[in-house]
Amino acid sequence: MNDATREGPILEAIGIRKSFGPLEVLKGIDLELARGEVVALIGPSGSGKSTFIRCLNMLETPTDGVVRFRGRAIGDEFKDRGESYGFGTLRRHVGMVFQHFNLFPHMTALENVIEGPITVLKTPKAEAEAKGRELLAQVGLSQKCDAYPAHLSGGQKQRVAIARALAMEPEVLLLDEVTSALDPELVGEVLSVIRRLGEAGMTMAIVTHEMAFAADVAHRVLFFDQGVVAEHGTADDILAHPTSERLRGFLARFHQ
Amino acid sequence: MTYHWDFHVVAQYLDLFLWGVVYTVLYTVGSIVIGVLMGALLCGARLSSWAVLRGGARVFQELFRCTPLLVQLLWVYYALPLLLGTTIDNRAAALLTLSCYVGAFYAEIFRAGIVSIDKGQREAALALGMNRSQSMRRIVLPQAVKRMLPSFINQSVIQFKNTSLVSVISVADLAYMASVVNGQTYRPLESYTVMALFYIAMLLPLTQAADYIEKRLAASD
Repeated sequence: MNDATREGPILEAIGIRKSFGPLEVLKGIDLELARGEVVALIGPSGSGKSTFIRCLNMLETPTDGVVRFRGRAIGDEFKDRGESYGFGTLRRHVGMVFQHFNLFPHMTALENVIEGPITVLKTPKAEAEAKGRELLAQVGLSQKCDAYPAHLSGGQKQRVAIARALAMEPEVLLLDEVTSALDPELVGEVLSVIRRLGEAGMTMAIVTHEMAFAADVAHRVLFFDQGVVAEHGTADDILAHPTSERLRGFLARFHQ
Repeated sequence: MTYHWDFHVVAQYLDLFLWGVVYTVLYTVGSIVIGVLMGALLCGARLSSWAVLRGGARVFQELFRCTPLLVQLLWVYYALPLLLGTTIDNRAAALLTLSCYVGAFYAEIFRAGIVSIDKGQREAALALGMNRSQSMRRIVLPQAVKRMLPSFINQSVIQFKNTSLVSVISVADLAYMASVVNGQTYRPLESYTVMALFYIAMLLPLTQAADYIEKRLAASD
């Protein structure tokens, strides 16, 4: 990393709109992610935060607006074209972890982790495996390298999924409600992995319903409501000193 | 009335039966190979983002799925040449029709297998930076093939039996040979029983293998 690449946001969204048929889910969202920054996206279900985070790696194509990576606009195809990056380049550098893990069931934990480097980056297998084992050890799963996803708990699956995303050495990590499908007692093990990533300086956008976690790891918080960012500010501003009625009402449900 | 079974007479025509078996196997294997290729193409067309391709493939599929194979054979052999103003070899007509028929069904099996894979799988592959063909080849197809296999084998067993219909356009398969032997010997009971036994001898191992594969696949889930 040199100083030139440090300037300006690493990932940026400008005026993102997304409609599904007549339903406008996102009504013009802006976001700047600086290197090393952790941003939490909170808000009621259906407020558009998951759709928005999926627009950041073009799993959803915005109806309007621009996504920029390293200052370059993302085009509308897989390949880079002229000054704009394609989906391929964007996704190689921006990893994603999903609510329902989406591990590849026909591959072991280790095979899941090395699939991206081998297929996309053409990393030699031995090298990818060595790094894959290291990553699985980092998420506390060195014993589970050869286990298939069907034989892992939800928390273990999600940690494999995080290792799989990290294997691509992403510059940004998008986390889409990664603990929402977990049993309550398994949430902690996944959150602690993410917390450590944040401490290590990973740039992250996190859609979450875990308010205490958001307050803990996020530098900034965006409150989504009905397709717009209704409030944004530091984690302390938003979570500890909410001003709007909507936000107070939303947060109250987590303090019962 | 007691019937005196006499396989001796029929046994003299064993070579005809064996030729019939060869033809039946050839038409089965040939139409399955061509059918898989056609099925893959039709399936690709059905999943295409181009509406004309989707529609065309759909029409082709329904044409062959919604008419009896016997009707198709008669039509391709007797009616199509009149339209084209040419003649068509009965063996070519048989192979073509069998292939189109089974291809239409295979396409549906392939398509159903692919769309049954959770869309999160494809998304996870794309999120890693894979392009469409990589995600299809590395992630979706390996899982889909496993799900397609039981239906695929089942359809292929049906196809094996369906080849017997080509006898109506005088293709010398096992069923046709049995009727030839019957014509020579006037022993329908023996002729057609031997024919049935040949089919059972060939298909029973196949269905058993299919059951075994299905159990193995179920166990590995």
